[in-house]
Amino acid sequence: MELQLHENTVTGSKQKLHTHNFGDVVFKNLLRFFAFLILALVILMAYEMYATSRLSIDKFGWHFFVTSIWDPVQKNFGALPFIYGTLVSSFIALLIALPLSLGIAIFLSEIAPPFVEKPVSFLVELLAGIPSIVYGIWGFFVMVPWLRKSIEPGLSKYFGTLPLFQGAPYGVGMLAAGIILSIMILPIITSISRDVLKAVPRSQKEAALALGSTRWEATRIALSYARSGIIGATILGLGRALGETMAVTMVIGNRPTISASLLAPSYTMASVLANEFTEATSDMYISALIEIALALFIITIIVNTFARLLVWAATKNSESFERL
Amino acid sequence: MESILEIQEQQSKLKMTPAATPSSVLNNFVPVSDDHKIIARDINAYFGKVQALKNISLSIPGNSVVAIIGPSGCGKSTFLRSINRMHEIIPGSKITGSLTLDGQDIYQMDAVMVRKRIGMVFQKPNPFPTMSIFDNVAAGLKMNGMRRKAPLKEIVEKSLRQAALWDEVKDSLSKGGTSLSGGQQQRLCIARTLAVNPEVILMDEPASALDPISTSKIEELIYELKKQYTIVIVTHNMQQAARVSDFTAFFYLGQLIEYDETKAIFTNPHLKQTEDYITGRFG
Amino acid sequence: MYSLSVLCALLALTPLALILYHTLSLGFSALNWDFFTKLPKPVGEPGGGMANAIVGTLILVGLGSLLGLPVGVFAGIYLSEMGRGKFATVLRFLTDVLNGIPSIVTGVVAYTLVVLPMKHFSAYAGGAALGILMIPTITRTTEEMMKTVPRAYREAALALGISQWKTTLRIVLRTALGGIVTGIMLALARAAGETAPLLFTSLNNRFWHTSLGQPIASLTVFIYNYGVSPFDDWIAQAWAGALVLMFLILLLSIAVRIATRSVHYER
Repeated sequence: MELQLHENTVTGSKQKLHTHNFGDVVFKNLLRFFAFLILALVILMAYEMYATSRLSIDKFGWHFFVTSIWDPVQKNFGALPFIYGTLVSSFIALLIALPLSLGIAIFLSEIAPPFVEKPVSFLVELLAGIPSIVYGIWGFFVMVPWLRKSIEPGLSKYFGTLPLFQGAPYGVGMLAAGIILSIMILPIITSISRDVLKAVPRSQKEAALALGSTRWEATRIALSYARSGIIGATILGLGRALGETMAVTMVIGNRPTISASLLAPSYTMASVLANEFTEATSDMYISALIEIALALFIITIIVNTFARLLVWAATKNSESFERL
Repeated sequence: MESILEIQEQQSKLKMTPAATPSSVLNNFVPVSDDHKIIARDINAYFGKVQALKNISLSIPGNSVVAIIGPSGCGKSTFLRSINRMHEIIPGSKITGSLTLDGQDIYQMDAVMVRKRIGMVFQKPNPFPTMSIFDNVAAGLKMNGMRRKAPLKEIVEKSLRQAALWDEVKDSLSKGGTSLSGGQQQRLCIARTLAVNPEVILMDEPASALDPISTSKIEELIYELKKQYTIVIVTHNMQQAARVSDFTAFFYLGQLIEYDETKAIFTNPHLKQTEDYITGRFG
Repeated sequence: MYSLSVLCALLALTPLALILYHTLSLGFSALNWDFFTKLPKPVGEPGGGMANAIVGTLILVGLGSLLGLPVGVFAGIYLSEMGRGKFATVLRFLTDVLNGIPSIVTGVVAYTLVVLPMKHFSAYAGGAALGILMIPTITRTTEEMMKTVPRAYREAALALGISQWKTTLRIVLRTALGGIVTGIMLALARAAGETAPLLFTSLNNRFWHTSLGQPIASLTVFIYNYGVSPFDDWIAQAWAGALVLMFLILLLSIAVRIATRSVHYER
């Protein structure tokens, strides 16, 4: 839309007196105020977290991110287990969600007739609408026992020699966190990938078909055409997974250790905040927790910026991204 | 600038006065009079770096209909919009020169005041989609603080009668404005403009989106409205200009080529370029 | 190959079906009239409900919208009506940034901004956190919806001598309202389902709150606290709470579907 409320530009040698409506001037400044408020809010968020975590930043420096001691009694803190848990659980989630999402996106954009596509899209988006806490209790009471009884014993029996599947099957742990996260990020990756695939010009696919390609080959051409958008969608999903709190907190076991085994309990940055923030008694403890929040803040900003740029580049010409 | 060169080339082909002479001096056959409703002097309009109007001087007598004709892109709509300062809402627009309404400088007034006194009807009918027929007509008044029901009703009825729409809609005033046919919607827009009680009405090709019957209704309406209002109408339909207007201005490439009484323009134009245009030889 | 993609769709919808099934079956059996009208009972005493938590969630969402609605709507109007320069580009980017920030981080910020100065947990702090979370959704939908209003209506209004601010609010905003309300309801639904930002802002409360400066109960925090508790009737109530929450959100999203459909019909 070209129409704008902008300064009027009557020129000539005349003065600009009385050419502005008073209400308009007030209104424009009100709009500017609220717009600046968002800028101020983001800056304030970063500053507040920085200011309140100074104690920890000053004491531990960069060591904070590479040490594994988490000892509230001795007031000695290192965030490595949480960073490890966050990264690994998110990675597992991507590993599961990406192929599934792509499959559904191809189904929705290339195969399904409209009367199937619409309800299936709706159902997938419904997954995104389920609150994190509901995933949490479902994961805790349904999925975790199922993993413990039906899946993990088998894994440790047949693959127990691999470091990935060593240890007792608790149910709760890295694997459970990865699975629940994959369900939660599936809708966003699916819906963006579907839109990116739909944005592939019809001529691209038809050209491939005209050259005698099979439909599957044509789909592969569409996929390669939509690659950067799909990568963007995946990274957006990663951004969600990194910050997801409640569901992970309820299924990951909350133990600040680094273990190669997917069956072992772990801990994430978000879940340590959820679990320990209200219990933190000393200033240093609080400060260390807020530093974790600050790190999470910075990581998600970087990840999201990267993803946005990719998605934006992939869909400059399509308008299906408004709701993100 | 390229466009100036183009004009000069065009003009030398047509054996015209060179561009260095302001068009207002030689080709304007309507003498300026202090009691004229609108007087434009040396109007130059720009959109960014593109100059859309060049030295337009034009005097519009009260209670008359002035038609502005010319091929598309000649600046006729820009000129019309500069009269009620609607050009200002386009970013990067700029205007120099002076425009007066009853001797008062329009660019020294509050733009909102200017638009109350100089109403506008657009090419495509655009009744507000969220409002009933009644509310569409009352919109200008209501939003400027008129609350009392009785006078509002009175003005709405009067405006709809003036716009020759009353008989068709009097039983369905609470229906949506967009439920009407195209021609009715355009008359609704005229009624909406009249309700604010303007002195001048600007019409930007008001019938170009309508069928012939609706068009003739609008034309009849213009004839009626002339008694009370000053009307400036932009049209690319020359028969329409000849039918409804008292004076006609011919614009070409941002310049006023000729301005005269409509009769003179269409029977005996002074300039060959004008003649070529109205006889359909170009444009 | 294609059957594989159909399989993916089925596989992805399985957890949805399971979650709905378990929430319905487990939640429904613990749901009764008391759940909506009674306060929580202490451990060991059967019965009781989450009346205070349901009201608390509504209050928190209400407090949140006091912050989120004006900022979101007006910033959205700014972007659609004045948003051409560099600052607008920065602002669009910032709303995206805000949208991607984990809700738990927003909770931490609300803690440092409200809880620390006030020196105690409060409904205000929870409301502030939810409000910040609502802003990006509301801003972007407002912008998009305002932009779909054709220029002709703005011009018509301005040409009637209606001032720009009245044109924007009473013509353009009015025309775009259907879509904007949709976005707002979506943002409210999301806020109602948030747990993480409330854990250390509004905390929890087993009784009716007496002032907004105090901790307040919320449905989500109750579901969490009861869900991880070792008591069977608390766990049953957690499922009931989840069912109520899901039902609330489902209602909202269906309403949103219907609302958006009717908006599109008008165009």
